[in-house]
Amino acid sequence: MQPNVNVVSLVSIGRHPQSGRARRAEQDGRAVELGLKLVQDKLTLLHAGNAHETVLRQYAGMGLDGFTVLPQGEGDDAVPVLVAYFKANRQHHSRQIVLTGVNAESGESSGMLPYLLAEQLGWPIVPRIADIVRVDEFEAEVLLALPRGQRRVVTVSLPFIASVDSAAQEPRQSAFARGLRATLTTLDYGSRVDDAVSHWQVAPAKPKPKRLKVVKAKTAADRMKAATAKPVGGGGKVLRNESVEEQAQAIFDLLLEEKVIR
Amino acid sequence: MSDIIRRDPRAEWIVRNRLHPLHLSLVKSQQGDVRGPSGLLRKNVRDVGFIGPNGIKRIDRANLLTVDTTTRRSASKDTQTARPLHVVEQADFYIMVVADMVGGRLTAHDKDLLGQAHRLVVQYSDVNSQCCGAVALVCFGQIKDDQLGLSGVDRLFHLEDTVYDGFSPEARLGALQQIESQYQPLHWLFPDSVHGGADLACRFSARIGERLAAHVWQLDREQCLSRGASGSMDIKRATPRIVTLLEECADPIEDTQHQALPMVLEPMAVPSARLKEKGQMAVDASAVPLAEAEFILSAGNGIHNWAQFHATATALGATEGASRVAVDEGFMPRARQVGASGTWVTARVYVAVGISGAIQHMQGIGQCDKVIAINTDAGCDMVKRADLAVIADSDALLMALASLVEQHQLAKHAEQIHGENSNAA
Ligand SMILES: Cc1cc2nc3c(=O)[nH]c(=O)nc-3n(C[C@H](O)[C@H](O)[C@H](O)COP(=O)(O)OP(=O)(O)OC[C@H]3O[C@@H](n4cnc5c(N)ncnc54)[C@H](O)[C@@H]3O)c2cc1C
Repeated sequence: MQPNVNVVSLVSIGRHPQSGRARRAEQDGRAVELGLKLVQDKLTLLHAGNAHETVLRQYAGMGLDGFTVLPQGEGDDAVPVLVAYFKANRQHHSRQIVLTGVNAESGESSGMLPYLLAEQLGWPIVPRIADIVRVDEFEAEVLLALPRGQRRVVTVSLPFIASVDSAAQEPRQSAFARGLRATLTTLDYGSRVDDAVSHWQVAPAKPKPKRLKVVKAKTAADRMKAATAKPVGGGGKVLRNESVEEQAQAIFDLLLEEKVIR
Repeated sequence: MSDIIRRDPRAEWIVRNRLHPLHLSLVKSQQGDVRGPSGLLRKNVRDVGFIGPNGIKRIDRANLLTVDTTTRRSASKDTQTARPLHVVEQADFYIMVVADMVGGRLTAHDKDLLGQAHRLVVQYSDVNSQCCGAVALVCFGQIKDDQLGLSGVDRLFHLEDTVYDGFSPEARLGALQQIESQYQPLHWLFPDSVHGGADLACRFSARIGERLAAHVWQLDREQCLSRGASGSMDIKRATPRIVTLLEECADPIEDTQHQALPMVLEPMAVPSARLKEKGQMAVDASAVPLAEAEFILSAGNGIHNWAQFHATATALGATEGASRVAVDEGFMPRARQVGASGTWVTARVYVAVGISGAIQHMQGIGQCDKVIAINTDAGCDMVKRADLAVIADSDALLMALASLVEQHQLAKHAEQIHGENSNAA
């Protein structure tokens, strides 16, 4: 059954890591995919920026009939217009879910946008989700993507904002013609220039210096030892004469203490 | 004790005997060591003798000038020099470091941040030599690390309460706001990590309405350099108060030790949580890539009952690993091999069952935190490396371990059912 919620996916223009060309952003694509999974073609695709960017049609080509753009100039701050948009569409608020990527692939990519939106709208934010398992009228059950492939279940009350991690379902292939047919709606909520950016100096990334392994030994003998010694722990505990049950218990206790067994 | 002056009859005898092979070196030793620019001990081979009254070099073989070689102070017993203690009496300003503390210990990333924080403190003190600052660590939940002082923590905000356990960004944010209003730190440094550091930084920045600099990899008092546009751009800008730093932004503290004085926070109201944690989901451990797995049960040549090994791994919820021998014999797939020619693992807990600890295998587990060895041979290298080693037959031990886990699971299950029943009642 399709849940009765209003899902908005915020998308941005990605950047191909090798060629640097504009593309469908990796995480935003996943956010759209997750939105499509939740509400199929009732998903709202929203972008604040240049309405004539062809990449937007790649998102629409994933199975949407139209998309919405809040026109913005280069270097404008997207947060105020998005806040204005959501405040204007107040009637959907009680059943609103907003999906974004974690970091943009261009610009500052600080990942602050969902947080600023959440703060100004007073909604909760769920970071790095892998999936939305269940949605009902008041709350949703989401899976957070933790490092090392772990997942955490969290319930959150509607409305909320979630940033979608790279662990979420891969975005589907985009259909070029469907993207071309999609209708573009532009809504004007004004625009505001991001002043701070004008004080920045932006340059292509320099490679980070690699950290050298410095051996701080004072004498030749110490240096020799540092170069040849096998890695040894700090002299751990050895259980030799205990019964097997006691030994197993000792291991089990350590595993519990390290919280790897739950 | 160390001030008692002792005679060394043998040294006296060597100094008298100029044909003794150690004669010259003993005569020299009274003059102290000479160290080169790199700190190496240098021996000046021309530095024998002296210039006589008529300008001719004389070598004093009769040792008429030696006075004090034969007496020496007894060497001080404790050769292990303690690091000098860095004391901050009264902190005029604070630099806050919010640690990830994965598994209750400082990560390498956290230590880099502490090093960076101390560099900032030094830069601020250079400008105003009267004021001295402290690096304060903010950490949540249980601490298992007893080396906080050695990592550069002057002050410690330890927030240990059940509200901060697990996934609790809202409660943590509340605590940070409290610290902010009580101490007004000069800077907030967060690790730019997936362990919650970046999330907390963004929440904090949005809440107090100050723009942060994310992905910073070079930082000083005035300017910082951050990575933007998915790592393809360097952005140079004035250093804001809130910064999230990448790994290896600065060297960790290695030469000093610090006080790690606990600090108190005024009691605060915990905001009602809009995000409610429902616990961690059981994931299929065998689907987790070996390099990423958190908990590995690894099998070597000492495993004879493979069915039991697999069953134990499943019961423990551990990812399976293997030594090369186990793979070569065909008991385990190649993708499971740990070591130089297999996978370099980063597990927090690594259990090696029947693995001798050949260097090729040890290289693969260099980054593991806790190693547990199960082996029949108490002298093997894996036992030496392990934090906990048990000398037992793998078969019997795995059996005992599996039954313990089963009991634990049953007990937990019963508790859950009980809890649900009492809720329903
Ligand atoms: C170029 C090269 C690359 C290599 N790369 C790798 C690599 O990537 N990974 C790797 O693992 N190896 C690698 N090796 C092989 C490595 O040198 C060792 O041969 C191998 O790691 C040994 O595996 P093991 O510890 O399982 O076996 P063994 O050395 O045979 O050790 C078996 C251990 O089990 C114990 N044992 C026996 N019976 C029992 C029992 N019933 N209960 C409990 N304990 C018992 C024994 O005491 C012994 O300590 C490489 C070798 C070379 C030359």
